[in-house]
This record gives sequence, structure tokens and C-alpha cells, in this order.
Amino acid sequence: MDTSVGGVMCGSNSSVSMKTSDGVSDQFPAGLRVLVVDDDPTCLKILEKMLRNCLYEVITCTRAVVALSMLRERKLLFDLVISDVHMPDMDGFKLLEHIGLEMDLPVIMMSVDDKKEVVMKGVTHGACDYLIKPVRIEAIKNIWQHVVRKRRNELRELEQSGSVEDNDRNRKTCDDLDYSSSANEGSWKNSKKRKEEEDEAEDRDDSSTLKKPRVVWSVELHQQFVAAVNQLGIEKAVPKKILELMNVPGLTRENVASHLQKYRLYLRRLSNVSQHQGGHTPFLCSQEANFGSMSSFDGLDLHALAVSSQLPPNSFATLQAGGLTRSAVNTGMGTPPMDQRNTFNLEASKVRFGASQPQNDNDKQVNLYHGLSTVIEPKQLPQLQQPVQSSSSMGLQVNGGATGFMSLPASLGAHTMAHNGTAHGNQMVQVAQNRSRGQFLNELSGGHPSGIPLSLGQQMFSNELTGRVSGRNMPISNGRAAIYTLGSQASPVLDFQMNHNLELPAAGFPQGITAGVSSIQQTRMFQDRETLEVKGTRGFPTNYGIFNEQPQNKMQDWEIRNVNSNFEASSPVLASGRKSALNGNASISSSTIVSLGEENQVGTSESSVQLGNRPPLDSAFRVKCETFGDFNCDNTFIGKPFDQDDLMSAILKQFKSLSKTMSSVLMFPVMDDSMQFLFHPERSVKAHAPSGTRAA
Amino acid sequence: MGSKQLQYQVASMRDTLFKQGYLDEQFVQLEELQDDDNPNFVEDIVKSFFQDSVRSFNNIEKAMESHPFDFEKLDKYMHQFKGSSSSIGAAKIKEESTMFREYCRQGSAEGCLRTFQQLKKEHAILRKKLETYFQLARQAGPTETACRSK
Repeated sequence: MDTSVGGVMCGSNSSVSMKTSDGVSDQFPAGLRVLVVDDDPTCLKILEKMLRNCLYEVITCTRAVVALSMLRERKLLFDLVISDVHMPDMDGFKLLEHIGLEMDLPVIMMSVDDKKEVVMKGVTHGACDYLIKPVRIEAIKNIWQHVVRKRRNELRELEQSGSVEDNDRNRKTCDDLDYSSSANEGSWKNSKKRKEEEDEAEDRDDSSTLKKPRVVWSVELHQQFVAAVNQLGIEKAVPKKILELMNVPGLTRENVASHLQKYRLYLRRLSNVSQHQGGHTPFLCSQEANFGSMSSFDGLDLHALAVSSQLPPNSFATLQAGGLTRSAVNTGMGTPPMDQRNTFNLEASKVRFGASQPQNDNDKQVNLYHGLSTVIEPKQLPQLQQPVQSSSSMGLQVNGGATGFMSLPASLGAHTMAHNGTAHGNQMVQVAQNRSRGQFLNELSGGHPSGIPLSLGQQMFSNELTGRVSGRNMPISNGRAAIYTLGSQASPVLDFQMNHNLELPAAGFPQGITAGVSSIQQTRMFQDRETLEVKGTRGFPTNYGIFNEQPQNKMQDWEIRNVNSNFEASSPVLASGRKSALNGNASISSSTIVSLGEENQVGTSESSVQLGNRPPLDSAFRVKCETFGDFNCDNTFIGKPFDQDDLMSAILKQFKSLSKTMSSVLMFPVMDDSMQFLFHPERSVKAHAPSGTRAA
Repeated sequence: MGSKQLQYQVASMRDTLFKQGYLDEQFVQLEELQDDDNPNFVEDIVKSFFQDSVRSFNNIEKAMESHPFDFEKLDKYMHQFKGSSSSIGAAKIKEESTMFREYCRQGSAEGCLRTFQQLKKEHAILRKKLETYFQLARQAGPTETACRSK
């Protein structure tokens, strides 16, 4: 309708396709540039005339070789190629192949030969149509459709450039998309509109979950379960026997069965992740998992540092400080009645300060709180809060956080140590590793001012988890283990990670989803990411400051390299995440990660290279890798344009749904869920809810 | 007056060509393509066809001089000729060329030879008829368009 013929005439590929996709202009097919190749001059003349009568622009050519060179020289000058099948100088199928390979133009084959095999050959060689001679003008009139179809397909391919996983995820989480999109729209009212839909979704979830009373797989319960399984042997453990062994009133065979199923899945995942470790009781208990994750979290930093062989306690503290501040921020955020904030912080604040958190689904939060509470030490709370209070001064926060961490570690460290001592130690580490990814991401997000990590992290999850190579985890895990013992410091961080993990699913997922769905183009991705970033910013505004501070305060102490290493570590992950979002390339990420563990420097280079593919993303990314200062700038830059509140609201919604599910489930389930997220990111929040349900 | 008669003559001649199976619907396609930009489009195309068919015939005859026949080659030549003859709606020639290709497929040299002779005959007949037809049509003038609309 609104198409200008000129656009079509000038033949920019997009102009034609775009217009046709929404409304075909009256003159549309006019000006379509067609190259006709036929060695028969009579046919050529007739065809040329037919095409001209259809207002196409026609260039004829009696020799396939000439046509091919012409196409190579000016492939942008043609929209469509019509070629005879039998030509003396070059077989039409050959030409078709070349065109398909080199310029990807729609090609119509024609021949007087109407034998099925020949037609089939044309199709298999990529012809978009096959005309039987004599060609009739009725057929010529409609050939423009091939141009439109081709371009539409290309568009679609672009949109679906994400991996299959991404697509799956998109499909599954299309509902969630709305949230993120609403966030993008940036109006709270819009999101409100969505809210209704979301409520429906929630209702759906609830209905499914409420049918049966949920069984809360508390730490104790899960330990009982694991003990029973171990006693029976994982191979022979059947729900009925486990149930008998557990001897828990109210627990049904179905409950155990579903839990066993999850447990087995979990074991399988773990075994995939870390084959070198013989242990297979990773699930142990939520606490352990937490620890593991925490440790892993720390481990990452530590690891990076360790690699560089420079691990001054201070630096460590600073690193963690990032996490701490984050948590601090969360707490601060959590207190305000604002729903959005609460949601955003939900896990963090609620978990830790369950009591303090008022408005948002208290009951659920309480549950969470319970679950987490076991892990959390009373000491932590005050310390954590301190940073929050001193939110204004970033530097203070960092310091405070660091100290707090340091002090807390003892208890946590002991836990971890104990675990290590047991046979489960390995598994725990594994858990930690698994977690670590999530934490990686989380950490990154937390540590990094920009929220990017969050989104990326999620994507990373999805991609990585499915296709992950065990090797990747291995190095990390090893490093982690060492780190574990190393620092009780890690333990305090634990809480943070917990929070992080929880947050990720809620916040990150939608975003990741969006990215996948929208992934039409880099720009799209970019936007999504920005949203993510915004979230991150929102959640952890202080982080900016923190980061800034860190480099100043502690960076000096360390070598810059260390800093870089950390970032690098994160960067590969991020890169992979982005990549995956765009291409769905999990493999890339794996290599980078490995490199992380082994060589930070290498990792950087790799990551940057990867980024190179996606310019828009690239810049932000690289900045991070290279320097802190830039990084900050970047973050702020990105973060500002977005309306945090909107994003928050979107996140909030998701959080709500998440929290609902999570709340009813105790600590262990939570962990489980989060784990699943880690492993199967494609499972959206929605999917997440049912899984929790099944535990019941 | 005379022109009207001529026009009638042209129209009936054209009818006959169709009725006797010399031409088919594709010829109508050509006629419909003719417009002010190319007022002699059909004639030009037909001329081009007959000129070009000389080349095809030469190729085929040359190929049939060598024994045994290279049926693949013959088939290829005839395939091309069939394409152009079908493009102008030369129905009988197309039939012959289809038969020729069938003989190529069967490996029947005799069938090929016989069919090719028949083809050349049909080709000559059509050429003559069409030449006459176009000559008449030119004399009849632009009203030829009216006939076409039938």
C-alpha cells in the first residue's frame, strides 16, 4: 500500500520483501529484476516478452556461464533467475547450484522435460519452482511470489537464528515474552494489562499445583530420601521401597516417585557435567547445594585469581564485595513496599530477612526463608544489612561486605569442609560447579554493574547446560574445590548466590526468552539485553559504585591482570550466552570456559573474538573485558535509557509466579528448581512451576 | 471491403491451422503477448524459430551421420528443439520431436530416422502455412487483432 514503486525498482532486497510482507503494493511485482537463461533464442524471446508484459525487468542470456559470471558480478541486481535445464555449456542444475551457493537467489527452472525425476532434481537442487515448457504467461505472472517467499524465509531464518533450543524455549515461554515485552514498552500500565494475562497463567499454574498438596522436600526429608536411595542403591531404588525406608507419614509413593525421578535426572546431569568424579550423591541437601554454589561463586573469583597466582585476601574480599554489595542492595530494595522491588529482591531479601519482608506473598517467602534460613547465619544478616544502609557510599559497602564475608565464612566454611570430608564432598563440589554456572552468571551480574550478565547468564544456562561438555565444568570444579578449602570466605557469599540463583530464573529467564524469540537480529538481541541490563542496574545500582570502588581500592593491590581475569571469566560466559542467544552456539562457550579455568588471558582473547561476530553486543562486552572503568561507563550508559520501574514490574511478575511455586517448596526443592533452571534454562518459569509441583 | 475479406481469410486460415493440429494454445499465448511495443511479435518469434531450427536440424543430421547413433546426443538436440517448437505452439512438430525422443530412449535408429524425416516434413509444411498466414495478416492490417481476440 504505502510502498513506493521506486523502492522496488531500485531493488534493494529489503524494500520488496518488507512491503510485500505487510501489504503488497499495487505495482509490486513491477520492476522485479529477472535474469533469464536459455540457450534457445526462441524460448528466450518469448519468455522475455512475457516477463516484460508482466512489467518485470528482464535480462536475457543464452549461455549459462555468462549468466553465472553476470550474477557474480552483479548479484544484487537481480531478484530472480529463470534458467533452462538443458544448456550446452552448463547444465541448468549446475547453474542452479552455483546460484544457490553463491548468491542465494530464488531460481526457477524450466524445461520441456516434465519427467518427475527431472522436476525432482530441480527441487532437490534448490529450485524454487519448475516450469514446464512451453511456459505460459499465467505462470510468469506469479513468479514474484518466489521472491517474496524467499525473503520472508530469510527473515524468518534471521528471527530463528537462535539454536533449536532457543526456539524450543521460545515456544515454551512465549507467554513470558509478554512480560519482557511489556517491560520494553516501558509503561507500567502496559505491564498491568499483561498482568491480567499473567494472573491467568498463574492461576493455571496454581490450579495444577493446588490439586494435590505439595510435599515440601525439606533438607531433612531430602536427606532421608537420599539415605534411602543410597541404602537401596540408585539402580534398585524404587519409590515404594524408598517410601518404606523413609517412613515419613503423609508422604505418598507418588511423591517419592516424582522426587526420585528428579533426583535421577539430576544425577544424570551431574554425571554428564563431571564424569571424573565418581561420587553420585550430589543432591545431598539444599544446604550443601547452596554451599556448593556459594563456593563455586567464590571459586570463580578465586579461581581466576588463583590462576594468576595472585590471591591476596583483600582482592578476594573485594571480589566478594561485589556479591555482597549486591545482596546489600537487594536488602535495601526489599524493604520498600514497592512490589517491583520486592519481587526483584524477593529471594535475596526474603531468604535472608524473611521477617523483614512484608508485602509480597509472605507465606511463600516465609517458606523460602525457612529453607534458606538453615544456611544463613545470624551474623550475616547484620553484616549484610550494613552495606545496605550504607548504600550511599559504595566504598563503604564494599568494605563492610568484605569484612562481613570474612567473618561469616567460618560457619559456612565449616559446613563445606564437613561436606568435603564426607563421601559427598565430591558431589558437593559438583553441585557447586553446576551452581557455579548459574553463579557465574549471577556473580557476573551481581558483580558487574550491568545487568547483562543476568540475561546472558541465563542464556548461557540454557545453551550450556544442554550441550555442555563435562570438561568445562571440570576445571572449574577443581579450582572450586581448592577454593573451597581455601576460603571460608566463600561461605558468606553463599547466601548471595542463593539469591542470585533464584533471581536468575525469575528475572533472567524472561529476558533470555525474549532474546531467543525476538532474536531476529542483533539489534533485537541488543534490546533484550539492554532490558536485562536495566534489570541488573535496577537491582544493583550500587554495584556500579562498587565496581568503581573496587578497582580503585583493591585493584591497585592486585594486578590488573587479576581483574581482567575475573572479567574475562565472566566475559566468556557472557559471550557464550549472547552467542547462544543469537546462534545457539553452545560449543563456543564451552571452549571459552575451559580457557577460563586454564588461562584467563587466553580466555579474553577468545571471548573478544567471539564477540567480534556480533558487533553491537561486542562493544559492550569488550569493554567489560578490557577495563573496569569502561565497563562502568558502559553499564551506566546502557542502563540509563531504560525505565527501571517497568522492567522491575516485569520482573516482579515473574518473580511472583516464581515465588509462588518456590515458596511452597522448601529449601531443597528450591535448589532443585534452580538447578533445573541451570540445566534446562529452556524451561521457563512456567515449566519451573510444574516441576516444583511434581515434587509434591 | 477487400480488407474485410482478407481479414476473414486470415481468421479462417488461422482456424484451420488450429483445427488441423498444426498449432496449439501456445500460439495464442504468443498472440496475446503481441502489443503496440511489438506489433510483429508473433511473426518475429516464428521467424526466429524457423531460423533457429535450421541449426537444430543441422546438429541432428550431423549426429545421425555417425553410426551407431549417439542417442543421448540426439535426445539432447531434440530436447532443445522440442522446447522451442512447443514454445511457439507448433503442435505437430512438437509431437514429432516427442516421438523422436522416445525413439532415442528406445535406441531405435530407424525410428529416429523415420521420425526425423516426418518432423522435417511437418516443419516445412508449417513454415509454408505460417508464412502465408503472416503475409495475409500483414495485408489484412491491424484488424488481425480482432481475430486474435477469438
